[in-house]
Amino acid sequence: MNAPVALPLGCDAPKIRSERGQRAVFCGLTGIVWLHRKIQDAFFLVVGSRTCAHLLQSAAGVMIFAEPRFATAIMEERDLAGMADMHDELDRVVGQVLERRPDIRTLFLVGSCPSEVIKLDLAKAATRLSQRLAPDVRVLAYSGSGIETTFTEGEDACLSALVAAAPQQAANAPEQLVVVGALPDIVEDQFARLFSELGIPDVRFLPARRADAAPALGPRTRYLLAQPFLGATATALDARGCSGVVAPFPFGAEGTTAWLSAAAEAFGISPQRVREVTALKENRARVAVSRHAARLEGKRVMFFPDSQLEPPLARFLSRELGAEIIEVGTPYLHGRWLAPDLALLPAGTQIVEGADVDRQLDRCRAERPDLTVCGLGLANPLEAEGLATKWSIELLFTPTHGYEQAGDLAELFARPLARRELLEV
Amino acid sequence: MQLAMWTYEGPPHVGAMRVATAMRGVHYVLHAPQGDTYADLLFTMIERRGERTPVTYTTFQARDLGGDTADKLKTAITDAYERFQPQAMLVGASCTAELIQDDPGGLAAAVGLPIPVVALELPAYSKKENWGAAETFYRLVRTLAGSKGATPPPPPPCGEGEGGGGSGEGQARERRAASPAAPCSEPPPPLTPPHKGEGERRPTCNILGPTALGFRHRDDVAEIRGLLERLGLTVNVVAPLGASPADLARIGDADFNVVLYPEIARTAAEWLKRQFGQPFTTVVPIGVGATRAFVEEVASLAGLDPTPILADERTRLPWWSRSVDSNYLTGKRVFIFGDATHAIATARVAASELGFKVVGLGTYLREFAREVRAKAEELGIEALITDDHLEVEKAIAALQPELVLGTQMERHVAKRLGIPCAVISAPVHVQDFPARTSPVMGFEGANVLFDTLVHPLMMGLEEHLVAMFRDDFEFADGALPSHLAGHAPMDAPPAEPAPDAGIVWEASAEQELKKIPFFVRGKARRNTESFARQTGIAAITVETLYDAKAHFGR
Repeated sequence: MNAPVALPLGCDAPKIRSERGQRAVFCGLTGIVWLHRKIQDAFFLVVGSRTCAHLLQSAAGVMIFAEPRFATAIMEERDLAGMADMHDELDRVVGQVLERRPDIRTLFLVGSCPSEVIKLDLAKAATRLSQRLAPDVRVLAYSGSGIETTFTEGEDACLSALVAAAPQQAANAPEQLVVVGALPDIVEDQFARLFSELGIPDVRFLPARRADAAPALGPRTRYLLAQPFLGATATALDARGCSGVVAPFPFGAEGTTAWLSAAAEAFGISPQRVREVTALKENRARVAVSRHAARLEGKRVMFFPDSQLEPPLARFLSRELGAEIIEVGTPYLHGRWLAPDLALLPAGTQIVEGADVDRQLDRCRAERPDLTVCGLGLANPLEAEGLATKWSIELLFTPTHGYEQAGDLAELFARPLARRELLEV
Repeated sequence: MQLAMWTYEGPPHVGAMRVATAMRGVHYVLHAPQGDTYADLLFTMIERRGERTPVTYTTFQARDLGGDTADKLKTAITDAYERFQPQAMLVGASCTAELIQDDPGGLAAAVGLPIPVVALELPAYSKKENWGAAETFYRLVRTLAGSKGATPPPPPPCGEGEGGGGSGEGQARERRAASPAAPCSEPPPPLTPPHKGEGERRPTCNILGPTALGFRHRDDVAEIRGLLERLGLTVNVVAPLGASPADLARIGDADFNVVLYPEIARTAAEWLKRQFGQPFTTVVPIGVGATRAFVEEVASLAGLDPTPILADERTRLPWWSRSVDSNYLTGKRVFIFGDATHAIATARVAASELGFKVVGLGTYLREFAREVRAKAEELGIEALITDDHLEVEKAIAALQPELVLGTQMERHVAKRLGIPCAVISAPVHVQDFPARTSPVMGFEGANVLFDTLVHPLMMGLEEHLVAMFRDDFEFADGALPSHLAGHAPMDAPPAEPAPDAGIVWEASAEQELKKIPFFVRGKARRNTESFARQTGIAAITVETLYDAKAHFGR
């Protein structure tokens, strides 16, 4: 049980099915809600409609900001009349933003459905503005539109833009490890310590907390994904000559050890050394997880598609907490990166890529799972039908990766069940 | 392009959703890209509804743009009709779908449903949420009431949805029975008048304007309905909140209309006046004075005597405001911003019922600029008509009021400027959809307003005391004055328990501890130290910290 997990890539285990229909998911713009906290000197300017602005404030507006680091340039009727003055308008709005926030070093122009449909060239605008504003501010562009991106794919698109803009690694630079995916600061620090103990020095993170701390990239870079939704970023890294390490994602005691082991192996570190570093911590994580096992053991769990975190989380629930997985919905499945996690799911687990929300609700009502992991548009309605739910967005907004958070992650799933036991009204 | 950190109103299709969600037996098919379903959360989370919104989205993606988006819409219309069996359907486009021009109305007509279908034209790049709600309500009323008897809602084809076959209605009722806690907006009680005079018909009215996601609409309706019934009126239909298409069909039966929210109901009320000769009320009953005027207006429309009600107001605001404790409120400088109805009414209450000095008044609703300008002129100030919150912020900063009465957006500004603030208008967040009864209309609404408007000032006084006695051991930096964090310093950590003298914290562990949010940091410190004592550890390392965390849980 304690041995690092081998990575069987043969696929006889889960059944993967595609479904198309109405999708109750967020668009990629939502990524801004956490990315703007992670990248502290960046500003996210959405070029879109009032709907986009409304989405952002509905998601983030319950926090009272003295100074938000995101905004929307709302296109109006006169903008749609002619494309030429759209770019002038954009320049004017960017000027307004920078006048208000002179401390900004990276400005992201974020594409939306309306801007993509009218084919407003934000990449070109970013290049033009970068030239004008260099060296104080660099301007990057990516799309967070709903037609192209689902929820966490917004981060994927943002990181892809950062990869493309990253400096080139010197030819004689030492080999470096880059961990990819926005992680809570405390988790990032724990991982940095672990890699250093393993003997991988100078591990870097993407995105970095500030623009000037971004890692240089090149053929002497190995990268390790910390999140399963980063397929495009991985492709962009490959294009820069970096090479990826495939591993189960670092959720739970088992997942974290497997993830660290894969990186260690890539850097030629012996399994014995890995055991020395991880054994106690892994055990500690197991202790923390076991506190919640009784509540989830044998419970039937169903995942609605949301963030692409569903397959690794289902693996954690099934293997470390003994839950029975009825169905794992995921908006998209990056086969190459998810293979190790899928291989660890019980044979026959039903994976559904894409969605038809009404039909999935029919299945959910027929199955009546003990716990349904779903978005906030469905959670209260399902609760009102007597089904326990775990709202899935929290799984992204809480530190969940690594050994020290394994217990917290288990608790996130146990809490709704515990609450139902507590309430007498 | 307009730079917006915050927007006062959503797009017009959200207004249409507010009408559809408020009603029963209406389904809305919205041509929209993947992701626009975020709007469901406004209803399930902010308003805490226990049912899904009655909206089917086409959720098209980039790969659909090749040409079959129109087909996708037709399929969505057919599927939604079959699944939800509504009595009437709305079809329309969101901002992105407006660009690809699939003509939802034409496609819906081509599908040929056996129920009334209202095609919505909501220009997303020039109009906004309230306009969308008003237009949708007007179109529904026009379609369903305009041809009385011509489009009776058909019985449900398959006998499942009993009682008129409303989409959510039957299901929702069953669900409520199965799970008594299921929260949702109460349908109005059956329309049987409490008593009938001997052969004499009681005058009747409709209540128009309340929607889903309306600021205090739920309780305003209950309050005003009670007031009207005490006056001797029978309420015919409340719409859109709680009404079905069948209810809208008999909207013309009432003698007159009570327009509670002109932003949403005035267009429909004007049409009803033309069509059925129904007059409508013009006074919005927010505040004691306005409620009195409203009672008199309604009484005159209904031919009833207002004196019994006016002699029995059941409001405490006048005495609370006259009591000496309120002396210090005199001349407090307030800035007021919101939708037109609430801004104007609050200005009246602030100036004439609480004795504040209104130094700024404005609205984000351009359609109602004239009314707001008139009120501002009366108060001797210039109205601020803008939907740009940065302009509002500038005005507030320049005026330096002692109290800001506004929307959720003004809470941001007030926090930044350190000014006490209360919310009097949408847009609002979840905390302004309270569990307790809290109307702002009618005589009870006046009580609520007194508390709401004065409360943050009390907190302001408390803060002043903190400022006078800076080294106070109890109210140190970061300790929140009481419940309102809106204008309290949050940067400095609160006082933590003194570290245990017998135990040493390594610098790295201490540093790690600081990364834990301040409100749980104290507990983490205590837990770690007691863990160290139990296990005989003399110096706490990062490892000990996490050992303790794993040992105790959170």
